[in-house]
Amino acid sequence: MSTVPGAPKGTTRAAARARPPAYIWVPSVAIAIAMLMPPVYLGVRAADAGTGVFDILLNVRTFDILVRTFALVGIVTAACVALGVALAWLTVRTDLPLRRTFTVLTALPLVIPSYLFARLLVITLGPKGTLQGWLEPLGVERLPEIFGLPGAALTLSLLSFPYVLLPVRAALLRSDPSLEEASRGLGRNGWTTFVRVTLPMLRPAVVAGALLVALYTMSDFGAVSLLRYQTFTWAIYIQYESLIDRTVAAALSLALVTLALTLLFLESRTRGRAEYFRASPGAARDAAVVRLGRWRWPAAGFAAAVVGASLAAPIAILLFWVVRGLGAGESLTLLWSNTANTLYVSVLAAAVAAAAGIPVAVFAVRYPSAASGAIERLTYVGFALPGVAVGLAFVFFALAVAQPIYQTPALLVFAYVVLFLPAAVGTTQASLRQVSPRLEEAARGLGKSAAQAFRLVTLPLLGRGVLAGAALVLLLTMKELPATLILAPPGFTTLATSIWSAETEAFFARTAMGALLLVLAATPPVLFLVFRERR
Amino acid sequence: MHPHPVSIRHLRPKLLLALVALIAGLTAAGCASDANDAGSLVLYSGRSESLVDPIIQEFAALTGIDVQVKYAGTASLAATLLEEGEKSPADVFYAQDPGGLGAVEGMLAALPAETLANVPEWARSPEGLWVGISGRARVLVYNPERVSESELPASIEDLTDPKWKGRLGWAPTNGSFLTMVTGMRALWGEERTRAWIEGMVANEAGIYRNNTTQVAAAASGEIDLGLVNHYYLYRFLAEEGESFAARNYHPSGGGPGALVMVSGAGVLATAPNGENARKFVNFLLSKVAQQYFASQTFEYPLVEGVLTNRLLTPLAEINRPDVALSDLSDLAGTTELLRSAGALP
Repeated sequence: MSTVPGAPKGTTRAAARARPPAYIWVPSVAIAIAMLMPPVYLGVRAADAGTGVFDILLNVRTFDILVRTFALVGIVTAACVALGVALAWLTVRTDLPLRRTFTVLTALPLVIPSYLFARLLVITLGPKGTLQGWLEPLGVERLPEIFGLPGAALTLSLLSFPYVLLPVRAALLRSDPSLEEASRGLGRNGWTTFVRVTLPMLRPAVVAGALLVALYTMSDFGAVSLLRYQTFTWAIYIQYESLIDRTVAAALSLALVTLALTLLFLESRTRGRAEYFRASPGAARDAAVVRLGRWRWPAAGFAAAVVGASLAAPIAILLFWVVRGLGAGESLTLLWSNTANTLYVSVLAAAVAAAAGIPVAVFAVRYPSAASGAIERLTYVGFALPGVAVGLAFVFFALAVAQPIYQTPALLVFAYVVLFLPAAVGTTQASLRQVSPRLEEAARGLGKSAAQAFRLVTLPLLGRGVLAGAALVLLLTMKELPATLILAPPGFTTLATSIWSAETEAFFARTAMGALLLVLAATPPVLFLVFRERR
Repeated sequence: MHPHPVSIRHLRPKLLLALVALIAGLTAAGCASDANDAGSLVLYSGRSESLVDPIIQEFAALTGIDVQVKYAGTASLAATLLEEGEKSPADVFYAQDPGGLGAVEGMLAALPAETLANVPEWARSPEGLWVGISGRARVLVYNPERVSESELPASIEDLTDPKWKGRLGWAPTNGSFLTMVTGMRALWGEERTRAWIEGMVANEAGIYRNNTTQVAAAASGEIDLGLVNHYYLYRFLAEEGESFAARNYHPSGGGPGALVMVSGAGVLATAPNGENARKFVNFLLSKVAQQYFASQTFEYPLVEGVLTNRLLTPLAEINRPDVALSDLSDLAGTTELLRSAGALP
């Protein structure tokens, strides 16, 4: 690692001029084609409106909605970067109490459906919520409005910071501590070292996570609909859900794709050509533990507060719902088949996405060109789109060209991969940037083929990034709802669909039971990852 | 280098193998399950699994038919059906509201006259393409601690009075609400309906996601009054107890606020299992199923001779406006009006 951004470029660029091997570019192009399916479908549907598309876009108060969407995206992304980097550093590098427990608990909020969290937020912090009830003796008649930007931003920040946390943890675990040690040795204090040395090294991982947060925020419907904050995706869902108007929805979705691509383009312009791998021989050993000293307990308090707000409080309310429901005679089933279905499709989706992310990341990092950059950017498109649009796109394509897989788990898994691939590509890419291409060149020099060199040298070093990506895809898939509803085979219900089904009809105990099972089912994979990364 | 790098080198081929095996296994299992005498039925249900799964299981047990249900929102199922077209595997579309059925009317086959004859004329499609299964009434949900019975308006038209400013909730994107506004246009005409919508916007009615959130908001005192369907309240009462601070009110003066709507079912013209599909629709109109809706989902039975739940106001006592279902189909006109009156973007 560890040239600071802007370091001189040397022979390592030689690879850039090489032609990418077929096992890299063929899968990358295939993946790019899959990624293009949703936008192509939306183009076909929007074309139904002819030139009326432009009237639609002007009709729908697009400008207001744009401003609101960007405000939310900006705030949530900033908050998630702050929370994610702070928690990653505390859990990887310091003597924070209960580090491993916090490591597991801080990944889990990702699995909580945003509409459910928003419901719980209104119940607790709403104008007449639980908190207001407690404060009523003090004369508080009504709390300030949680509806609108504050509630939406709070919900999405508390649920999305793991997008930053997981890749940054992977980067911290792989990075070489020697630069930080040198900085400390030169008399810089801990904070200056963190800002001047550690943070720049983490940049690829932070950017990968921040992009996921930004695009997820763009595509979220659950939180913004319950908290009454009208974003672009809200407008799209209204077209599908209330008006059953696929044409207007498609036109608006294409506008959202354009927005996402603009954001991705801007991000790639700021990326530059910095290198993040070690320029000279050395050892990627574990960094010395930073002693927090008198900050140890306040830091633990901070981590506990984040876990409390994003995970413990929702779980407490859900447990209360279960107990209250049982007391009132509600019948509850344990949803074994839903749990099995959820794990089945999400493990498959995570494995396929993690594998598919490798060629795309290698193509983009090792063979930088307009084409490889474009393919890598393209993988993000599905992530920014509302799930319902992606779901309908695959109904369209499956029936046109792959009818045998329509209404099978295979198509569902394929759709999940298209939706969530950037989570795998981003983290894998961030890891790859930390691995010097010289290692592979050395292996080539010792007589290995390019494929062997990649498999024997680079791939093993990517492990943590790939696993972090797989974890993100897994958690995302577990809670995915709109595409699941459209593409799941008849009779195939998941935890996410049964939670939704119970929640819309006000079956509180059943909603809670499903949600608690979802968190429980997500725990073993997260534990597995934490266990793996320690070895 | 790290002494023991995490290796996915050995993991990946195994995972791919597992994937292939799993998909192959599942496909095989899917093919095997067709070997059933009574055949199968593919149902697209816009009604929630929590509400209708027990009665569907009952049908499967009685007939031996292998019923496969796809649960999703009524609107997204309608969009899926439109996308699938003639290739749809669906036999029956069971929808939450007439709007969803109306959107796919071109794909439905006419139902037999004896099926349609089970329900009153107001509760079925004029062309006989689908039939109402259960009735749901539009009501005002109110917080009895904050609104006295004498204060309750005779008609929802009175809600535009400034005295309700900041006290109201509505769900302008909700399917049942949209159907009610379509009924309002039929009863009141465009101008009066527009004035009502503008009055509600001027009164700063809180925009809620759906019915459930409004009922919860009324009980907590976040709003005093909300515009909802009648049956959600009973779910809250079942889990939170009688002290739950919200009650239903059927506007005494009638009008669109007292509309009674239906959930409904239709058989796809392309249904691979048409016979089983018609059996299923008939079953939903049987005494057993109608009794289930009355007692378990707190809806109004539509078939004569089935008793309404004693917790509900009997249908005969609701000042129900006379609107033909054919008057409730112009969803596009309604959303355009809501949009131009400032209630939708």
